[in-house]
Formats: sequence, C-alpha cells, structure tokens
Amino acid sequence: LQRIRLLAVAGSVLTLMIVTACGGGGGNAPAADDPNALVVYNAQHEAVTKTWADMFAKQTGINVVIRNGKDFELANQIKQEGDKSPAEVFLTENSPAMAVVEDAGMFADVDPATLDQVPRDYSTSSGKWVGIAARATVFVYNTSKVSEADLPKSLLDLADPEWHGRWGAAPGGADFQAIVSALLQLEGEQVTGEWLEDMKAGYKNYSGNNTVLQGVNAGEVDGGIIYHYYWYRDQANTKENSANTKLHYFRGEDPGAFISVSGGGVLRTAKHHDQAQEFLKFITSKAGQESLADSTDLEYPVGSGVAAAPALEPLKDLDAPSVNPSELNGPQVVELMTQAGLI
Amino acid sequence: MAQLTAEPSVRAPAPAVSLREQSSPRLVRSNGSSDRLLYAIAVPVVLLGLIPIGFIVHESLILGWAGIEPILFRQRVADLLSNTVSLAVVCMLGCVVLGVAAAWLIERTDLPGRRVFGALLVAPLAVPAFVNSYAWASLVPRFEGLAAASLVTVLSYFPFVYLPVAAALRGLDTSLEENAQALDRGRIAVFMGVVLPQLRVATLGGALLVGLHILAEFGALQMIGYETFTTVILVQYQSTFNGPAATMLAGLLVLCCLFFLCAELAARGRARYARVGSGVARTPRLAQLGVGRWPALLALSTLLVFALGVPAFAITRWWLHGADLGSDLMIALLSTLRLGALGALATTAAALPIAWLAVRRRGRFSTLLERSAHLTSSLPGVVVALALVTVAIRWAHPVYQTTTLVVVSYLMLFLPRALVNLRAGIAQTAPELDDAARALGASEMRRVIQVTLPLIAPGLASAAAFVFLAISTELTATLLLAPNGTETLATQFWKYSDSLDYAAAAPFAATMIALAAPLTYVLLQQSRKVRHQ
Repeated sequence: LQRIRLLAVAGSVLTLMIVTACGGGGGNAPAADDPNALVVYNAQHEAVTKTWADMFAKQTGINVVIRNGKDFELANQIKQEGDKSPAEVFLTENSPAMAVVEDAGMFADVDPATLDQVPRDYSTSSGKWVGIAARATVFVYNTSKVSEADLPKSLLDLADPEWHGRWGAAPGGADFQAIVSALLQLEGEQVTGEWLEDMKAGYKNYSGNNTVLQGVNAGEVDGGIIYHYYWYRDQANTKENSANTKLHYFRGEDPGAFISVSGGGVLRTAKHHDQAQEFLKFITSKAGQESLADSTDLEYPVGSGVAAAPALEPLKDLDAPSVNPSELNGPQVVELMTQAGLI
Repeated sequence: MAQLTAEPSVRAPAPAVSLREQSSPRLVRSNGSSDRLLYAIAVPVVLLGLIPIGFIVHESLILGWAGIEPILFRQRVADLLSNTVSLAVVCMLGCVVLGVAAAWLIERTDLPGRRVFGALLVAPLAVPAFVNSYAWASLVPRFEGLAAASLVTVLSYFPFVYLPVAAALRGLDTSLEENAQALDRGRIAVFMGVVLPQLRVATLGGALLVGLHILAEFGALQMIGYETFTTVILVQYQSTFNGPAATMLAGLLVLCCLFFLCAELAARGRARYARVGSGVARTPRLAQLGVGRWPALLALSTLLVFALGVPAFAITRWWLHGADLGSDLMIALLSTLRLGALGALATTAAALPIAWLAVRRRGRFSTLLERSAHLTSSLPGVVVALALVTVAIRWAHPVYQTTTLVVVSYLMLFLPRALVNLRAGIAQTAPELDDAARALGASEMRRVIQVTLPLIAPGLASAAAFVFLAISTELTATLLLAPNGTETLATQFWKYSDSLDYAAAAPFAATMIALAAPLTYVLLQQSRKVRHQ
C-alpha cells in the first residue's frame, strides 16, 4: 500500500513538472516570445525603461524585450558579444559605459532627427549616442552632525583629514564610478589616484546609494556622495531614510557638481535597425521625456524642452563643470579604483 | 542563499545501504550494451562539470604570472580573505554549537514539546538566507559587520548540522554510554568522551556544508554590506563583466572550496562507529533536565524566534506596508516554476545513469564519476555562471542567453542533490527483481519500463523535488545566465530589496518560502525515518 502511495506521489510530481515545463513557455513577459521584438540592454532604472517600452509598444505595436544589468556589465558584455550581440538598443544610467561601446566602434549613427531633440550640452559631439536623462551629484549630510558652514567646498575636500571616517559612498556602483570618471577628466590621473587612496583610508563603504542615504540619515556617517534623486524620491515618499538630512550642491564647476548624462544608442548590428532608431527617437521625444519627468524616479529630462519635476533644483542652476561625456574613461576608473582597493 | 539539501539527512542511513551492497556478490556483473549507453550519458555530464575549473585554469594561463600577481597579491585580497575566512569559521562554530546542542536536547532529554521543537528546528531551511538578511536589515538599524553576517548565516544554516547530528544520535547504540557510566564517569564526561566522538562524522559533514554555503553566499551578505570573495566577484562583474580580477578572485574562491573539501576528508578519518551484529539497539535513557529545562526552553525558543519569527514578522510588516502586486509576481512565479521544472527534470535525468552505475556497477571508475560531480557542485554559483557565460559567448554562441544554458548551470550546481536521493532509492531496490524479469524473457526496454523505473520512482521524485527547491531560490547563476526578459522570484526579490524597496520585495520572499515549506516537511519525515535502522 505504501508503495502505491509513493508511486502516486512520484507520478503526480513528475506530471506536474512536465506540464509546467512544456506549458510554461508563456510564463515570461509575452514580449520575450516574440521573435520580432526589439532587444534592449538596459542599465537605466527598470521602471523608467519599462514605461517607455510599454508606451512604445502601444504606439507602434513593436514589442520590447529588456535585459537588465549595470552600466559597465552590459557595456563589456556587448563588447564581448561583438557582432553576434543580441542587443539592439543600449540605455545606461551614466555616460562612461556608452563611451566603452562607442570606443569599440559598435554604435550606429543616431538619426539626426533624434539628435536634434536633445541639446548638445546633454549629448555627444560624435552623434553615436544621445542623452536620455541626467542626474546631479550631491553631498547629502545629516543636519544634526554637520552645520552649513562646515560643509565641504569641493569633492576633493573629502580626502582631507577633517573628513576622515565621516563620509560614505558606494564605489561598487556605476554612479560613483561615473563621478570619479569626471574627476579623472577634470583633474588628471595623479590627483584622482591620490584622492582614491585617501578615500579608501577614510570612507565608509555602502552597497548602494540608497544605503548611503540610509546611513547618513541614521547618523552612521555625517555625509555621503550620491545622486540627487535618491533623496528626492525618499522625500516624496515616506522620508524614512532622509528626514534628518539635507542636500548640498557643490556648484562652482567643481568635479563634485558633475551632471551625469544617461545615454541611449543603437547598435550597428541591430537586426531591427529602423525600429531601434524609432525607439530612441520616442525616448527623447516630448512624450518620452514627459513620462520620465512625471515618474517617481525623479531624474532630469534632457530632451524636447520638457521641464523637470518642480521639486528639483533646475539643472542650469547647478553650475556643473564642463566634461565631454564621450571621453569619460570608465575602464581606467575601474582600474584605478581596483588598484586603490575600493572595488 | 540557503539552499535546501538532502545531503545531511541522507548521509546518515548510508551504512545500512553499504551493508546491503557488500552482501550481494553479483553486483559487478554487467551487461555490455546498456552499460555503454549509461556511460555514454554519465561521462559527458561529469566532463561538463569540469568547465568552470578548466575556464579558470585557461584564463590564468593566458594572464600569466605577471598578470595574476598584481591582481591577487595586494592588501585588498588579504582583507577579503580575512573577511571570508573569519565569517566561515565563526559561522561553522556557531552552527556546530547550536546544531549539536539542539540535537541533544531534542533526542536525548525530557525537554517538554520535543517533537514540535524538532520539527520547527528544520523549518529555517525554508527561509533562504537572503530573505533572513532582508528581514534583519530592514528591522534593525546599523545591522552590519561580522556580527550581523554571522547571525544571519548561523540562523539560516544551523539545520545543516542539526539534521545529521540528530539523525546520528538516534542511530547510536547507547550501550557504549552505559558502559562508561557504569565505570563511574559523570554525565558530562560521558557526553564529551563517548557521545561527541561518535557524532564526529555527522558534525563535520554538516559543518563542511555550512562552510561551502558561506563561500557561495551572495545575497545575504551583499545586503548588509559584508564583503567576501563572492560579493566582490559580483561587484567586479558589474563593473567589468568578466574581467580578469573577477576571474582570478573566482580562482581563489575555488581553492578555498577545495581546501574545505580536503579538510573535511582529513578530519573525518577512518574510524568506524557503526554497530555491528544483529539485535536491536537499546532505546536511550533520556536525561532528566530538571530545572535546567527552563533555560533550555528559553534558548530554543529564542533561536526559533530569531530564525523564523523575525523573517515572518518582517515580511508581514512590509507586505502590509502596501505593496501593489501587479502582474510581476505571477510572471516571476511562472518562470521560476518553469526553470525549476526543466532544471529538475534535466538534473534528475542526468543523475540517473551516474547513480545507477555507482550503486549497481561499483568500481573505481564509477566512484570517480560520482565524486567529480560532488566537486563541481561545491563551487559557488557565481564561479559556474562566470565560466558558462564566457564559454558560451566565445565558443557556444547558439546556447548563449538561452534557457538551455541556465538549465545546464543548475545541473552542474545541483547534480549531487539528485544523486544522493537516487542513490538511496536505487540501493533500496533488489537487483534480483531485475534478474527475475530477465530470466522470464522480458526485453531490455520492457524491463526498464515495467520493473526498474517503478521501483526507483520514489527516488526519482524526491531527487527532482530537491533540485527544484534549490533552483527556486537560486540567485547568482540566474542573474548572470537568464535569457533576456526572464525574471524569477529570486531575481525580482533581489532587485527590490537591493534598492531598499522592502515593501515590494515582501511578496516575492513569501512566495519563495511557500514553495519551500512542503519540501522542508518531506525532509523532516525523511530524517525521522532514520531510527535504529
């Protein structure tokens, strides 16, 4: 009798598995099964890109399959995949990863009409990719630990003994690595290398910008380097991770006032070249940029004259340093940071 | 991540199995053609498992010493080594102390409610370590450092020691202890001098498993910012894809795994503690705890509140915090079920020939095949995935970013879970039945379908179930290898909790636990069967 029971259990387990294995093909998002779907390698916020993809699909009937990853992970993956890369559109959070793919000669020229939708300040001179969003570097500080008078004047001040052990960052993330790439372009390898060494000795490591904000709010550290939207997002929400904090903008063309441009580009090898160009055009269009401005992610829109969310400090008031996003050297930053023992 | 494993529970009955094998002289007789077929499946499966180590050796040769030296010989790597080793040591010690103490309380004392406690002590296996970490980190401010990492991992992994030790305690012959007591040794002296040494194999086996899990753990440690080789490999992966630093750190990690495997083999020794001879082992006399029962009850309850209560509370709290579910959960659940089912089928099918050969055609070669499979699966998921993604890009592009490749990675990681279950299942069926069918003139095909498969069906089912369970909470290999557009419960949970969206992560955590819970119950039943075999 026990044998029969066991057999019944075994049988039903196996049947269940076979059924799910065969019938589960539709388990993924429907777009994943569409051979004509546009493949997007996405390092930009998932929710933002998902909204773009859904709006685009509704408008054009073209499905979009999204592979999510981090800036440099996907950039290097595309490079290694080479001509066989399934990626057709690449979207990032920061410019250095776009530069990696551009340097590998893997981008097609962006449609001139798309380039025209984005001002040159937030795009490239090469025309190989286009800005799709922007984010501002900020110093978030705990108001009960730091008075306004004692705020650092420059990103470089954080290397001073005065700030030793008092600030946090997430060097493993592409955001911080982009900020370092601006530092590298503006101040050179010597200064950057030394600053990273000092940082390693005196900073507190966090796994992400969210946790930096949380740590500053909880008073684990007095301040931290993050992008603006982490703070605004929490303020618009429960404020549980930012109630005790304020933002400090470095301004004055300081490396710490760096505005990071998120990029979008079409791969030279894209199977659906026209659709890919169309998607990029949509992202930078009024509708695409408005959806970005309205989203809870609170990045800055950069195209088609769309204004940022009213809560944000206007981009043009931030007095950012002028950097060439196409020449931000991500791989060298990763190497310098690896050498300094930060990642 | 906490991966349920059948190993601790099934290791215990092994002596009974091997006795049977030894008593049957006809085991090694083979019949040519079908054996060749079995080997034709078994050998490639095992060779597949050598890809990760081959990949690391290949990359090291290309880099050369001049390339390797600056990557590995620096302060950063020393710090990581110290982080990794200290966590492994603290966690293994913690698990051994908790596991052995809990097993003794449950099996050998008159503690009230022992049976319920015994069941609850296995339940933490249903809570993946990264869910545990999420719970603690989201509730306790400044939850960080070695102490936090140790707490979370001990709470997740102590059943790996508890299960086999409890099973071993049940199987022990108590006459040795009684002899010692008759010789006027105190109770503590008897426990230390007589009982503990007999638990050595079970304890070491469990501790080794804990150690290997620590080496492979990503989610739980990354969430609280505790850096180990595995977490930094992932960060390097995110910064460089498969850059040399990631690969070389993976190489070091593999060496750590090998060190653990060898250390366990060496420490286990050759001593034998099994009872020999017929008769029934005496039921142990239970120690009377007296007033000692109160601190014991308090300790066990605290342990369970920490390991089960905290995650349950956190998940409930965040879920009520207002997550709007959307279709994400359903989509992720379906792809998890699909990947789990495919992986379980493939892994069980691949394990069957190896297990069959290991039991029915015992010999040096078949044993070697079986052991190699164990070696691959002791490698962390991130190492296997890193190797597969690179190999597929360069040399096997048709399978790149396909479900097939993910399933292959699951096969490599979880083959032993299927092997252990199948092995026990096959060993329990009499080869004579097979022979009888042959003597009655049944064709080979008919024999397999009508006799062999029905006999080993329970083994097949439990093998598939355990692999399925391991896959349903797998994170790192899935993150790296999943086809475009595929998200599982584990990857979605990770994404949300990584961006501190605790509320959105909660339903995914709850679903993973709900999937694991029934299998944990099966595991408990299996381990309870080990009573005076």
